[in-house]
Amino acid sequence: MPLLDVQNLTMRFGSLLANCEVSFSVEPGTIVGLIGPNGAGKTTLFNCVAGLYKPSGGRILFDGRDVTGLPSHRIARLGVARTFQVVRPLKEMTVLDNVLVGSYLRHRNPRKALAVAEECIERCFMKAWRDKPAGDLTMGNKKRLEVARALATNPKLLLLDESVAGLTSTEVREMVTLIRAIQDSGITILMVEHIMEAIMPIADKIVVLNGGVKIAEAPPGVVVEDERVITAYLGEKFSQRLKARREANGNA
Amino acid sequence: MNRTFKPTDLLWYGLLAALALLPLVPRLLANSFTAHVCILILLFASMAQSWNLLGGYCGQVSFGHSVFFGIGAYGAGIAMVTYQSTPWIGILVGALAAAAASALISYPCFRLKGHYFAIATFAIVEIFNRLFMVWDWIGGAMGLDYPILDDSWKHFMWSTNKTGYYYGALALFVLVFSLVRWIERHRLGYYLRAVREGQETAESLGVDSTRVKLSAMALSAFLAALCGAFFAQYNYRVDPPMVMSLDMSMRFVLITILGGVGTFYGPLLGAVILIPLQEYTRAYMSHLGTGVDLIVFGLIIILMMVKQPRGIMGVLADLKRLSGPARSAEVK
Repeated sequence: MPLLDVQNLTMRFGSLLANCEVSFSVEPGTIVGLIGPNGAGKTTLFNCVAGLYKPSGGRILFDGRDVTGLPSHRIARLGVARTFQVVRPLKEMTVLDNVLVGSYLRHRNPRKALAVAEECIERCFMKAWRDKPAGDLTMGNKKRLEVARALATNPKLLLLDESVAGLTSTEVREMVTLIRAIQDSGITILMVEHIMEAIMPIADKIVVLNGGVKIAEAPPGVVVEDERVITAYLGEKFSQRLKARREANGNA
Repeated sequence: MNRTFKPTDLLWYGLLAALALLPLVPRLLANSFTAHVCILILLFASMAQSWNLLGGYCGQVSFGHSVFFGIGAYGAGIAMVTYQSTPWIGILVGALAAAAASALISYPCFRLKGHYFAIATFAIVEIFNRLFMVWDWIGGAMGLDYPILDDSWKHFMWSTNKTGYYYGALALFVLVFSLVRWIERHRLGYYLRAVREGQETAESLGVDSTRVKLSAMALSAFLAALCGAFFAQYNYRVDPPMVMSLDMSMRFVLITILGGVGTFYGPLLGAVILIPLQEYTRAYMSHLGTGVDLIVFGLIIILMMVKQPRGIMGVLADLKRLSGPARSAEVK
């Protein structure tokens, strides 16, 4: 049974169709990448899964349970944690306090919540910033804080919304290592990402959206060869040229 | 969260011990005016702290707290005057009624965010003020005048000296401040601040923000009502303009803002500065006309908003930062 099963999800904002009949599934223990050009509806889909938006149509099953349209705090309680594309640190609170808000979800006892929070801070390499106000962090650290805070809620499924975008190349490598480590600890990951170097090596499956519609769902190696994906990213002309060149190579 | 004693704990318990022993200082509280000022400081600090729980920690600015204060005052007043009994049951009923009223009022209001929530709470004060003015069963515009009874804790009334009121105010202060201190260190405290700093983020971490805000509101109203009950007992009377007014609501807000919003000691510091100022200007500068204290009060608030919006606690933090590097340089 897939951990997350999105069935015919449709999200409409007025006359704008942000997601149209999108279906895909996420198997437990895997990393699934959600890619697509700007405006493809990736974040909208995320927000539907995380409960920030109520889908206009379709169903979302998490762990075999219909969670369509549940408020986000209930979805978080069921075991879905998310990060935000535009980072949202609780600015006036310290890094530790931010992560504590996450860990209090499963632990009422302050001592236990503190222990879990400390562990998550350590896992995300943020120990040196533990007592700094979250608003003062660099972008790289804010992105890591998003992950640490989400981890503290002890999720089954972690939704990462462009956690790598905007980082320096060293930070990208650190983040990829961190994501791998999170997967190794048994947490399933669905991530939206633009940086292909970050997502292609670690994803088990890639789902490609374009104009709100799913155009591919396959392992990374297959997706990069997919004609519709190349068209979506590089345009019709380039796709045709590539196809012609490939055929020429094939004939030779 | 281990059981080691932190310096801030020492400060708190030291302060409580000092306050408890204050009446033992010879001749200090014998002057009934000094005692009066001390009592008002404890009362207004408690009021500000009860507001701080919602307005400071949770970030929901309410101008409606005089309503809950008033309901609490009437709870005590009705028990004393209408039912001719001890105020204690009335105090409890009043506080519970205030908590219930606050939940009913705020449920629709919490759909409004930021300034719009604050504006909605303004209107509520006027509604309750008018309602209590015309409600004859509770005395209408005349209010309720207390009978003079024996000095005792049973009647919560002392006419010969103010020591009883002082300890009553101290008990209130300890209750309100200890509760806020406990909340600050437990889950609710973190959730309150998370809702203030980012409601959607808090929700994504499993925080039911509506429930958190309602709990903060109900607790805050309950505590404000206890303060109101004390106020009625202390003044031997209660009438609508005395307790349910925008002027009274503003005191909850401004004392906290002066001291430092969302900080534990802010409400106390605000009260320590504003109450003596208010009482002494009223006593010694009244020949200049009424409202001199409010003019000074207003000027201080304006100055504070311009120079340090985080209040006295902000000023203290600045001083600490300034003196910090200098001190370490001396050590070298």
